[in-house]
Amino acid sequence: MAVETGQSVAKAAGAPSARGHGRRTDNTPGGTGRPGTQPGRLRRALSTHWYAWSMVAPVVTVIGVIIGYPLLRGVYLSLTDANEANVERTIGVNHIPATYEFVGLDNYRAILTDNVFWDRLGWTVVWTVTCVALSFSLGLVLANMLNRKIKGRGFYRMALILPWAVPAFVSVFTWKLLFNERSGLFNQLLAGGGIDGISWLNDPTWAKVSVIAVNIWLGVPFMLVAMLGGLQSIPGELYEAAEMDGASAWQRFRHITLPGLRPVASTVILLSAIWTFNMFPVIFLLTRGGPGDATEILVTYAYRLSFVVSPRDFAGSAAWGVLILALLSLFAVVYRRALKKQGDMW
Amino acid sequence: MVSTDTQTRRRGRGERSPLASAGLHLTLLIATVVAVFPPLWLVVTSFKPTTDAFDTSLVKNFTFGNYSHVLADTRFLAWLGNSLLVVGLTTVIGVFISATTGYAVSRFRFPGLRPLMWMLLITQMFPVAVLIVPLYNLLASLGLLNQPVGLVITYLTIAVPFCAWMMKGYFDGIPAEIDEAGRVDGLTPFGTFWRLIMPLAKPGLAVTAFYSFITGWAEVAYASAFMTGEENLTLSGGLQTFVNQYTADWGSLTAAAVLIAAPAALVFGFVQRHLVSGLTAGATKS
Repeated sequence: MAVETGQSVAKAAGAPSARGHGRRTDNTPGGTGRPGTQPGRLRRALSTHWYAWSMVAPVVTVIGVIIGYPLLRGVYLSLTDANEANVERTIGVNHIPATYEFVGLDNYRAILTDNVFWDRLGWTVVWTVTCVALSFSLGLVLANMLNRKIKGRGFYRMALILPWAVPAFVSVFTWKLLFNERSGLFNQLLAGGGIDGISWLNDPTWAKVSVIAVNIWLGVPFMLVAMLGGLQSIPGELYEAAEMDGASAWQRFRHITLPGLRPVASTVILLSAIWTFNMFPVIFLLTRGGPGDATEILVTYAYRLSFVVSPRDFAGSAAWGVLILALLSLFAVVYRRALKKQGDMW
Repeated sequence: MVSTDTQTRRRGRGERSPLASAGLHLTLLIATVVAVFPPLWLVVTSFKPTTDAFDTSLVKNFTFGNYSHVLADTRFLAWLGNSLLVVGLTTVIGVFISATTGYAVSRFRFPGLRPLMWMLLITQMFPVAVLIVPLYNLLASLGLLNQPVGLVITYLTIAVPFCAWMMKGYFDGIPAEIDEAGRVDGLTPFGTFWRLIMPLAKPGLAVTAFYSFITGWAEVAYASAFMTGEENLTLSGGLQTFVNQYTADWGSLTAAAVLIAAPAALVFGFVQRHLVSGLTAGATKS
């Protein structure tokens, strides 16, 4: 009986969003084309859509010129053997033309047959999944707590989103101060308890734990605010109806709260997975990818190739970049398709 | 009869045993301490002399020395100027051209809409690594390395897709009937957008602007790669000069960090309510 109630309630939760979805499907302001004449398809499309097109033109231009061109150039570079020593450059008054050559897929072959890439990919996946899963769960739990009637709710809310308000690179330096091996606060506290200090950032395992902890600390507030918004958009009547039908607290959570949070949660998880996968500042500023390359994720490793190692390996770095983009696009498409299959249209 | 019934039940749901209440407060308090402690410690440390930076006491030898040192003896103000210039220009240009796109994407069904939406989503997940080398070479050949303009161009690649996405969410929240009313009264589509919708979207514009401002304010990778030489750095690059493998001036670092974070956090407090709704609206309402 209770299960049945839960299902019908869940359906009701989906209904308002479905209505909102249908509302503006046929919103095209047409009517500029003259009905009597028979202009060509292009001209008719132009006369109907010219203002829409002209309004998106600036952004399309920007994306085309300052993202499209570098992207194509990056793909091209990844197919060459370009490095610091053979690209076009100017030393003093001498202009040296580029001497790098097209090498086809050699870079990709080299990367994909090398263990470094697979090691980094493995750690990047662990890093992304751990960070997103933990910060999402923590955000969900805290949001549920804050969504109740509780004293000091405003205070808790402000305090809990503070990590989001501070620019990330500032927070990372703060953590570096706390993690300091010789005299950081954590190790002084441990010493006070008679425990040997931990090399938070210089031991491969602890460094991984540390960067994940810092990233979760940075990520929870976003999840919390998003989930709180999601919770507040669930109509209270649903809970009342469920309760009248005798649904337990767990059943209410399982069959009303979770389905109600789905639209927000799916977007937030997608965004946060992409952000974490590409999270440059935390790792770069906290450990520089070290010790060795223990905490190096794909993005920071590609950065290291083109700006840290000598000679700078532009082609290799570009190839890493293209591979990262391919992985992310694949992830986004699969994720979207999975959602669509469950009826969450976009 | 029925209404009293629901009322008692509603109260029943809100009720908690004292034990559950205490547990709730305890958990929230622990979470609060974890969230607040690092920024708090940063502020505390910034008021200690550099030699005491790792002292565990709260206030001993309270001093403003770090702040006066950072403001007077370092290039902090130059970095601040660079950051303000770069991020300000990015925000203004980015938000302006994104607003028209957001509006078109929100209101019109035109050929190319779906590819454009995908493009906006995919460019948001561009890893730094794909664009950084070609952009570096491009800027080098144009002579724009170490120039604020170069960084502005770079940041537009981050800001524009994101702002367009956010603005779409806000325009979705403005009823389409307003557009129709404008059209009936003889306004052109541009007139509708500029004179009716833009004023209504002002809060959305402000939040989007703030978000892109913060994104640029906290950007590390491009700034570290494209700007060299102490006087050209932006704040995120400048902060790195205080503590690296050669020096560890934690006093200056913490003071500068507080000066960077305080204004951002303050404004954040005002706009945070709208941040996520704008972000997720684009996905859930389309």
